[in-house]
Amino acid sequence: MMELPLGGVCGAGESKKLETGKWRAFRPVVDKAMCVKCGRCADFCPDSCMEIGPDGAEVNLYYCKGCMICMRECPVNAISKEVEVK
Amino acid sequence: MKGHTAILEGSRAVAEAVRACRPDVISVYPITPQTHILEDLARFVASGRLKSQFVRADSEFSAASIVYGASAAGARTYTASASQGLLLMTEVIYAMASTRLPVVLTAVNRTISAPITIQPDHQDTMSLRDTGALQIHVESLQEAYDAHVQSFRIAEDPEVQLPLFICMDGWVLSHSYEPVTVYPDEAVAEFAGRFKPVQMLDPKAPLTYGAYADQDVLMEYRYALMQAQEKAKGKIRAAAKEYREVFGNFDGDLVDPYFTDDAEVVLVAMGSMVSTIRSAVDELRAEGQKVGLLKVRSFRPFPKEEIQAVCGKVPVVAVLDKSLSVNSGGVLATEVKGALYGAPSSPVVVPFMAGLGGKEVNRKVIREIVDLARRAADGESPVPETVWMGLDHRFFDR
Repeated sequence: MMELPLGGVCGAGESKKLETGKWRAFRPVVDKAMCVKCGRCADFCPDSCMEIGPDGAEVNLYYCKGCMICMRECPVNAISKEVEVK
Repeated sequence: MKGHTAILEGSRAVAEAVRACRPDVISVYPITPQTHILEDLARFVASGRLKSQFVRADSEFSAASIVYGASAAGARTYTASASQGLLLMTEVIYAMASTRLPVVLTAVNRTISAPITIQPDHQDTMSLRDTGALQIHVESLQEAYDAHVQSFRIAEDPEVQLPLFICMDGWVLSHSYEPVTVYPDEAVAEFAGRFKPVQMLDPKAPLTYGAYADQDVLMEYRYALMQAQEKAKGKIRAAAKEYREVFGNFDGDLVDPYFTDDAEVVLVAMGSMVSTIRSAVDELRAEGQKVGLLKVRSFRPFPKEEIQAVCGKVPVVAVLDKSLSVNSGGVLATEVKGALYGAPSSPVVVPFMAGLGGKEVNRKVIREIVDLARRAADGESPVPETVWMGLDHRFFDR
């Protein structure tokens, strides 16, 4: 039998384990060849899911809810959207 | 055990019980709607007779939140309110129940505005029916005292861990005087035990109360509340049984049947109205009328099986309600009907709205209810949806 924690009380910081990205209807896709690593997407992402790596913007899909603000803000149109299929 | 019997005000009887149970933290909003319970407790703290943290809050929302936090930190906690104050606490009470914090609360039953009023009925606690908190209604000041002594161990039981309301009618109980037997502090403290939380906030091992949950487990947490209330049934019975063994004078239970075995009509009710019915039943029995009473003491958990067992044996049941679910009817009547639907044997149920907004319910009204219930069930006319006792029809009949 699985155990349901009494009253939903859990250890501090356990919320990090929660996969908030599972609601996503669209997924952002970065075209690394076009990305200029300006960091605008990371600045605007309300869930801090964008990180600028050595090859361009990387999306953290564990938390990304697919709001697509990154796509709208990208100055070089390097981000497009794909329908999330589960 | 020998107690000390004195003429006490209802609020004072409650304060005596709460003091002897030694809550660590008491938080209350001190202005109306409030009762002398908090004044008495404040006096006990000021004079050193009670060593509690006494926190006066700026609203009932804050008072409930303060005891929420204190309970999560492992403290035995108590608060009291009434009417609009309970409504303001509602959001916190839901959280208390769902995060399983055993706060004891005296709910002095008074109706809800508008029109603005201070009259007693059960509209306030009925509005909090679905929070997950346990609700026990008392009929007398002795029972109010006894129920408070029993309350902490029921709420704090590791298998229960839920907020518990002791519901007592405003004015009729809270501000009236009756002889109350109060037991020695040490004996009450021993009976109440100490709160042993199964989990608590601790800076060394931090916890999150009120963490996020999604559709995968949200319903499961609701189901867990159902289970905890079901467990509470046994705990309420056990507390009452032990109370009788220790103190000798009281048999509290989920329900209290009175002359129901051979009854032709059984009246179902909660709160102070029960003692009026009890005396009306005595009167009617003396005249040879087979009338009985089923007092619903625990409204949450709801004593479905007990109601079936008593009402299944009688032809007519009258349910007296002091709360209204608009366009549906009396809340207790609706639930009693629900309990009896599909039961092996079920009576004719006649719902009465009696005492709403403090409307007078005396023995004469009770006798009238018995007559109306008998007539309603004679099969000659359809059973009325709800009979409104004492309604001034001049405003409505054209």
